[in-house]
Amino acid sequence: MTTTLGRPGTRPSAARLGLYRAAIELKTFFRERDAVVFTFALPAVILALLGAIFDGVYPGSDVTSAEYLAPSMIAAGIASTTFVNLGTGIATDRDDGTLRRLRGAPMPPSAYVIGKILMALVVTVGETLLLLGIAVVAFDVRLPTDPARWFTFGWVFLLGTTACALAGIAASSLAGSARSAGAVMHLPYLVLAFVSGVFFTPVGALPGPLITLGSLFPLKWMAQGFRSVFLPDSILPQEVVPSWEHGRIALVLAAWCIGGMLLCLTTFRWHGRRGR
Amino acid sequence: MTDTPAVRVRGLRKTYGDTLAVDGVDLDVAAGEVVALLGPNGAGKTSTIEILEGHRDRDAGEVRVLGHDPARAGLDWRTGIGIVTQDGADLTELTVREAVRHFARYYPEPRDPDDAIELVGLTGKADARVRTLSGGQRRRLDVAIGVVGRPRLLFLDEPTTGFDPQARRQFWALIRRLAADEGCTILLSTHYLEEAEALADRVAVIVDGRIVAAGTPATLGGRATARTLVRWADGRQETDDPAALVASLTRRYGGVVPGLTISRPSLEDVYLDLIGDPS
Repeated sequence: MTTTLGRPGTRPSAARLGLYRAAIELKTFFRERDAVVFTFALPAVILALLGAIFDGVYPGSDVTSAEYLAPSMIAAGIASTTFVNLGTGIATDRDDGTLRRLRGAPMPPSAYVIGKILMALVVTVGETLLLLGIAVVAFDVRLPTDPARWFTFGWVFLLGTTACALAGIAASSLAGSARSAGAVMHLPYLVLAFVSGVFFTPVGALPGPLITLGSLFPLKWMAQGFRSVFLPDSILPQEVVPSWEHGRIALVLAAWCIGGMLLCLTTFRWHGRRGR
Repeated sequence: MTDTPAVRVRGLRKTYGDTLAVDGVDLDVAAGEVVALLGPNGAGKTSTIEILEGHRDRDAGEVRVLGHDPARAGLDWRTGIGIVTQDGADLTELTVREAVRHFARYYPEPRDPDDAIELVGLTGKADARVRTLSGGQRRRLDVAIGVVGRPRLLFLDEPTTGFDPQARRQFWALIRRLAADEGCTILLSTHYLEEAEALADRVAVIVDGRIVAAGTPATLGGRATARTLVRWADGRQETDDPAALVASLTRRYGGVVPGLTISRPSLEDVYLDLIGDPS
C-alpha cells in the first residue's frame, strides 16, 4: 500500500462518537411527532385512561385497580421506549438511508449502537418518571421507603430495559420497510401487554394458555417485578402464583438479555432487503 | 502520492441471481480528474459506484480506490472518500447546520461546517429543517455532508436526477467549483449526456454492464476523427478535409456557397449510436 489515508490516529473515538450519536438521536426522537406520540405519550395516556376506568379494591387487600395497574404500566412503558422505539427506529434508519450514510462515513459501527442504547435509556428514564408521576398524583400510588424495594426496582429496570432493547434491535430486521415497522413492532407489543396482565388485570385472572404465552416473554416478568416494588404482599393471591418469584424474574430477564444479544449478532443487517 | 490513481478497476463483475449487472468493467480515474460514468438506466452505473464505495460486494475483478480494496478497507480509508447517494431521505428532523456539523465530527480534519454549507450555497437555509428543503437543496446538503471531511475522492451517483433545468445548472456550477477550486477528484454517474459533457474531463459510456467507449467528450466514440458532412444547396459530401472541399466549392460558385452547412456527428449522435438506440 502506497497511499497515506486521511489523518489516521486522530479519528475521534467510538465512545465520543457514540455520545454525539446519542445527542442527535434524542434531538431527532423528540422532534418526530409520531415517535413521541406513539412511543412516549401512549403508555401515559393508557395509564391515565385505564386507571380512571378500572375501579374497585381487590378483596383481602387495600389495593385499588389503578394502583395495581400503575407498576405494570411502567413495565409496558419501558417495553414501548425500548422494544418498539428501537425496533421502528432502526428499521427506519435502514430504509431512509441513515445507515448507508453512516456506513459511508468513518464511523465505527459501535458508535451507532452506543448512540441508540443511550437514546433509548434517556427516553426510558423519562417515560418511567412520567408514569410514576401520574401514578403518584392521580392514583395515590405510594412510593416505597424500604431501600430493599428500590434495589428490586433497580435490577428489574436494568435487566428489563436491556432485554427489551436487545429484542427491539433484533426485531428491527423483521420489518421490511419504515412504513411497516410501526405495525410490525406494535402488534407483538399490544398482544404481550394483554397476555402479560398489563391491560388486563389482575394477571391471575387470565386464561391459562394466555398466561403460559405471556410467561415466555420478558414483559410479564418485568411487570411482576415492579408490582412487587409498589404493592403490599396482601395482593399476592391475585398473582399467577402467590409469590413475587424474584429469582425466576431475574432468570427469565437475564435469559432474554443473552438470547437477545445472540439474536442481534446473528440477525442484524446494515442493509435493506435490496441485497448486496 | 498524487501519482497513485484515485480509482483503478480491472475486470469488475457483479451478478444478482441470474442477472449480470456489471460485466468486466475497466476504469481508471487519475487524481484531480472528473470522470463521468454515462449510461442508460440499469446499465450498471450504480452497482459499479457502490462497489467502489465499499457498499456492495463484487463477484470478480480487481478494484483499488485510493490504493486500497474497498471491500476490505477500514475507517481510515473512509476519511479519504465522500459519498453522495441518489436517494437519501434521512436527517429530516435536523436543521441543515445540525446535520453538517454532526457529520463533521466523524473526520479528523473536517471543514468548518458553515464553510461547507456556504460552498453548496445553502447558507440561507442553514437553520431550516432538512424536510423543508426542495429536491435540489436536499442534494446540495448531501454534497455538503459528502465534502465536509475534506475527501480526496468524491462519488456522486446520479446527482441531478429529477432536477429542473435551473437546479441542474446550479448543481453543475457547484461541481465545477469543487473540482477547480478544491482540487477534488470526482467520479459521477449520470444518464444525462449533457451532464457528462458539461462536467467531465473524461466520459466512460457503460451499456449492459460493459464500458463501450471512453474518452474526452470531444473525442468520445471517434467523434474527433469522424468524417465531416458538408451540405450545400445542390449536394452533400462526406469528407476528411472539409476546408479543402469548401475552398473548391467556393471557387466553383465564384463566391458564396448557397446553403452551406458543415457538421460533425454530435455527442448525442455518438452516444445514441453507442447505446444502440434504434432512433
